[in-house]
Amino acid sequence: MKIRVRVNGQTYESDVEPRKLLVYYLRDDLGLTGTHVGCDTTSCGACTVLLDGKAVKSCTVLAVQANGCDVMTVEGLERDGQLHPLQTAFWEEHGLQCGYCTPGMLMSGYALLQTNPHPSEEEIRRGISGNLCRCTGYMNIVKAIRSAAVKLADASAEPSKEVAASGSSSD
Amino acid sequence: MFPNSFEYIAPTTLTETIELLQRHGYDAKVLAGGQSLLPMMKLRVAAPPILIDINGIDELKGWREENGFLRIGALVRHSELEHADELRARYPLLAETAVWIADPLVRNLGTVCGSLAHADPASDWGAAMLALHAQVEAIGPGGKRQIPIDDFFVDTFTPALEETEIATAVLIPTPAGRTAGRYLKIERKAGDFAIAGLAIHVSIASDGTVAEAGFGICACGPIPLRGKRAEEYLLGKKLTPETIEAVSRLVPEDADPTDDLRGSAEYKRDVLRVFAKRGLSDIAKELQGEVVLR
Repeated sequence: MKIRVRVNGQTYESDVEPRKLLVYYLRDDLGLTGTHVGCDTTSCGACTVLLDGKAVKSCTVLAVQANGCDVMTVEGLERDGQLHPLQTAFWEEHGLQCGYCTPGMLMSGYALLQTNPHPSEEEIRRGISGNLCRCTGYMNIVKAIRSAAVKLADASAEPSKEVAASGSSSD
Repeated sequence: MFPNSFEYIAPTTLTETIELLQRHGYDAKVLAGGQSLLPMMKLRVAAPPILIDINGIDELKGWREENGFLRIGALVRHSELEHADELRARYPLLAETAVWIADPLVRNLGTVCGSLAHADPASDWGAAMLALHAQVEAIGPGGKRQIPIDDFFVDTFTPALEETEIATAVLIPTPAGRTAGRYLKIERKAGDFAIAGLAIHVSIASDGTVAEAGFGICACGPIPLRGKRAEEYLLGKKLTPETIEAVSRLVPEDADPTDDLRGSAEYKRDVLRVFAKRGLSDIAKELQGEVVLR
């Protein structure tokens, strides 16, 4: 079946079998291997992508369901060779160990910050509750998302940089 | 992991959908959120030769209030009810329940009606819709009909839908007085199915007596069950420590749990008793204007 999908701003036209899952379409057909296959049973969230702006598990969506949709994968976070502040925050706060869950964590974290730019620790923990990490114990992932929220808030207050700097009591 | 091969059809109207269901009968399965169906297909528990994707049917989207009911269309996702601030005052049980379903990622796709049509005995929405005395609207070749929620769950994974019918909405009566709701659930890990779950809906008349009472139990029987004895007892009474105590002993009487990996039947009944007491105590405080800490 013919589908037309926009992935990270680029439009792809493909012929896929209806039973092909979105995660395999992204990885095998488009070569976007940043999205990981983890449990393959709707549990772990390693395959999280944004489908029309909503974070979903791409192992539980058919590629044909994405026809006409906008998909954002972890590769879409980076802009012009610059890591997204959320990616930088994961680096700085050491929000990963083996890294397997990281693409999913980043996408869930990104979706959370889109709707709630100033989440509390509890809201972050709820926000990533569909993503499993077996290494970190989540502490540094939560820290990284918090730190990214602060960075993004500072960045959006960019024009009044001095004011933001002098009044930065947020951390 | 891939499902078996199937033919994929994405109709854009209900008429087309019903024609497809008539043509393919048992071979066809309706795909809405797919958060139960696709995992089952991947595990080959289900292998429908035809998949009818209804996501392109605009009239099934969204919720609205009309004719004394809140009408939740078949494509309303769990997350839509979780975040619908406009519904919090009159239909508090909806957000209370939604937040307990799976995880945010699954809630972004899974639908309320799909969950009901799946008829899982541990259905969180099953318990909530029983408590809310809802009706499921179904459309088939013979037209539209409303199925009271008490008649909707026929057996485990078996709803009262004909092969050629599709659930198009769930209708919740608009409560008359001041309303409060709680969904209490115990699970082994975050986002799991319930060990036991209890949905409570109460609305009170101006004299403080209970005008509407609803108790829905899940994961404690072959289908979601109504706490009928508790409802009958509570109607017309005030929420006092004594009546709450009495209700908490009545709720487990309508449950039908079995011993399994999640716990013994005795344990599950006792969880329901504690849930009834805890939930109603909070509801009583909330309806008296106290701020209840979570």
